[in-house]
Amino acid sequence: MRRLGLGALLAVCATAPLWVWNPYHLHTLIMAGIFAVLALSLNLLLGYTGQLSLGHAAFFGIGAYATGLLTVKLEWSPWIGLLAATALPALAGWVIGRLALKLRGAYFVLLTISFAGVISLVSVNWMDLTNGPLGLPGVPPVELAVPGLPALSLRTKGAYYYLVLATVVASYLFCLALIRSRIGRALVALRENETLAVSVGIDGTHYLVLAAVISAGMAGLGGGLYAHYTRFVSPEVFLFSYTVTMVIMVVAGGKGTLTGPIVGAVIFTVLPEALRELTSWQWQMLLYGILLIAVLFFMPRGIVPTLEARWRRP
Amino acid sequence: MEQLLQHLLNGLLLGATYSLLGIGLTLVFGLMNVVNFAHGEFYTLGAYAVFAALVGASVSFFVAIPLAIAVGAALGALCERVLLRPLRDESIDTVMLVMIGLWIAMQNAELLGWGGVAKSVGTPFSTQPVVLGHVSVSPLRIFVFVVSAAFIVGAHLLLARTKLGRAMRATFQDRETAALMGVSIERIHTITFAFGAGLAAAAGALLGPVFLLYPSMGDLASLKAFSVVILGGLGNFAGAALGGIVLGVAEELGAGYVSSGYRDAVGFVIIVAVLLLRPSGLFARAERVG
Amino acid sequence: MAAPVTAMLEVREVAVRFGGVSALGGVSFAVAPGTVTSLIGPNGAGKTTAFNVITGFQRPSAGRVSHEGVAITGWRPHRIAERGVVRTFQKTSVFPGLTVMDNVLTGLHLRGRVGVAAVLLARRRVRDEEQRLRQEAERVIEFVGLGRRRDELASVLSYGDQRLLELAVALGAQPRLLLLDEPASGMTASEKLAVAALIQRIRQQGVTVFLVEHDMRLVMQISDCVLVLNYGRLIANGSADEVQRNPDVIRAYLGAGARVDA
Repeated sequence: MRRLGLGALLAVCATAPLWVWNPYHLHTLIMAGIFAVLALSLNLLLGYTGQLSLGHAAFFGIGAYATGLLTVKLEWSPWIGLLAATALPALAGWVIGRLALKLRGAYFVLLTISFAGVISLVSVNWMDLTNGPLGLPGVPPVELAVPGLPALSLRTKGAYYYLVLATVVASYLFCLALIRSRIGRALVALRENETLAVSVGIDGTHYLVLAAVISAGMAGLGGGLYAHYTRFVSPEVFLFSYTVTMVIMVVAGGKGTLTGPIVGAVIFTVLPEALRELTSWQWQMLLYGILLIAVLFFMPRGIVPTLEARWRRP
Repeated sequence: MEQLLQHLLNGLLLGATYSLLGIGLTLVFGLMNVVNFAHGEFYTLGAYAVFAALVGASVSFFVAIPLAIAVGAALGALCERVLLRPLRDESIDTVMLVMIGLWIAMQNAELLGWGGVAKSVGTPFSTQPVVLGHVSVSPLRIFVFVVSAAFIVGAHLLLARTKLGRAMRATFQDRETAALMGVSIERIHTITFAFGAGLAAAAGALLGPVFLLYPSMGDLASLKAFSVVILGGLGNFAGAALGGIVLGVAEELGAGYVSSGYRDAVGFVIIVAVLLLRPSGLFARAERVG
Repeated sequence: MAAPVTAMLEVREVAVRFGGVSALGGVSFAVAPGTVTSLIGPNGAGKTTAFNVITGFQRPSAGRVSHEGVAITGWRPHRIAERGVVRTFQKTSVFPGLTVMDNVLTGLHLRGRVGVAAVLLARRRVRDEEQRLRQEAERVIEFVGLGRRRDELASVLSYGDQRLLELAVALGAQPRLLLLDEPASGMTASEKLAVAALIQRIRQQGVTVFLVEHDMRLVMQISDCVLVLNYGRLIANGSADEVQRNPDVIRAYLGAGARVDA
């Protein structure tokens, strides 16, 4: 039964560009996909290790800038750019993880906020590198070059949709594999009872750093995808509202599950677009705040786990 | 040399308000174990309340300030009652996230209410700086400093000398015993949070006229408040008072000698540096593991 | 007891002081391999502190701890566990949101090897390891007698079963020296008998057991060696009989108002 549903879902997703006629809707799906990757990345930290990073937009932004700078200023291939978009934030994640070794809870949150704040200020003030508030226009599109065939430039929404979809699926499968191994168990153990976990030999630092690295790298990849899609990078990628959106997606969708963040990403990308006609961005963010509180009060485990529990109790 | 003195003086004057901001947060964080990410929003509320009182109701500047504090405290009490009390036994993470939700909601409500254009608050002080030897300072800043200092002293006296203050300290040290002694725990929680919110609103009411008002001003205020709290150690009143001055001076020196664009980064850098090097701050305990 | 050449555990002049308080004041003893050694003493004598120092959860103010000749003082808990020194906790410590199986699988962490690279590239190796670990976990679960409860959540287990689970998790880490902090506390008489039998079986597997306990009957029944702490100092060290007759020990217990259930 579940397999059937999953298969149908995949079929629907795989063929979307064929039957979603409105390019704006396709754009929404692409953004939902990018945010799904971001939500999965944040979920790795928040849902599995239990540590909240409120600076996640920083990793997203560093990824966007990494690929933006390499492809615009050095004119390197966007694929190298995407690689850098994953590697550089991963390195930043490593630094944060190692430095924050002993910090937990609110202190960790503060560290991540501060880190994001500093990076954001740097992106605005270091004009020589980042062009400051003016940003980097002209980020080239991703090209698929198979030797012998003409290069296929992923300019169309349809083509880009497949790239994003592939990334989402790959990310999901990677997280799944991770969670189902001793690595996943170690992360959950650290969240559930850190003292017990270390007493049986689980190296808390190592696994938190690992989670931070993978989480940051994934967020960076999302940033890279974003850069090559919008073809423009500016300090706006560091906006706190991106982090807020990610947090809402994970918390409302269901932290600690893998489908939760994806569902959250879809809901909170589609919803604002649907509401865009009716309300302004400020109302949307206001609603997010209220919604976050409401979810924490009434569905603290998130939408997916709550629905799953209801489903099981007929 | 004169430059340095000027910077130090500016830092001191500004720092007193940062102390006020930090004290409110450290009390709530230290006593109630609540990470109030919405602290900056009460700051913003205080500033806009002054603006509204002056522009909308044409009250005197000196009346607007206490009014703003009252509004802040009242809203704080409401939030504690509605949001925090039901979650009293939840994990600190859930409470943290709820405060983040409050932060988002309040800020965007401000944005919707006041619009994104920065506003300035007129004051009855002249803009002519007062010259004291080699340094000069605006009368407004002197006023802000004096009032901040007064509030800090007042807060200290409230906590240390009054029955209420004793009740507050008792509740957070040992809830059961305090309850047995007849302290209304519920009321104390509400009052403490309202107190913290009121102090934040006070800081906003005082600093609003010095700078400009815009809806996201609370973000930086929050960060700086946390910076002060971390510097001084969680729940440490004196530490926060000192920490505020340190931050103020560091900011002024940074803005003067490094670059004014990076001015706000000082608060961030302090947080990062202290958390990594000496997480317990100037004195107290930290949330560390192993 | 005379310390053999390579004691399983050697504690030398370990002290823990904070503020003006001395939780442990210069304690020295050795634990022989293959034995069951008990650490007893009135409440507040410093027993759990000693455990915390030995297993890395607390830094001593002075002194040295070595395991099989290697100094482990101040090592972090997971490194000490890697050497096969595993402990349980006074307050029941399990992973409440996980099933019994997952709890024990977590305990088996050190018996696995896969890292991120394997997860990405060597799927077969990951699968094989998971299978192997599951088989091991089954064995451990059966060993402690929780077979019927394999798929239940730890949080719904009875108190006694939770303590058994705790033991299973610790055993999963393949300890050579197992430190048990009050394994029988809060248990019924029959549960205590089961725990005593389990400890004997663990010892038969070649594991050295070092436990803190309050139940004197249990202690005297299973211990090869008994150490007595009072006010952070070691006041007796010998066989169960010797210790029971030791006047300092009797005074410590009667003086402190505690009952000696012998």
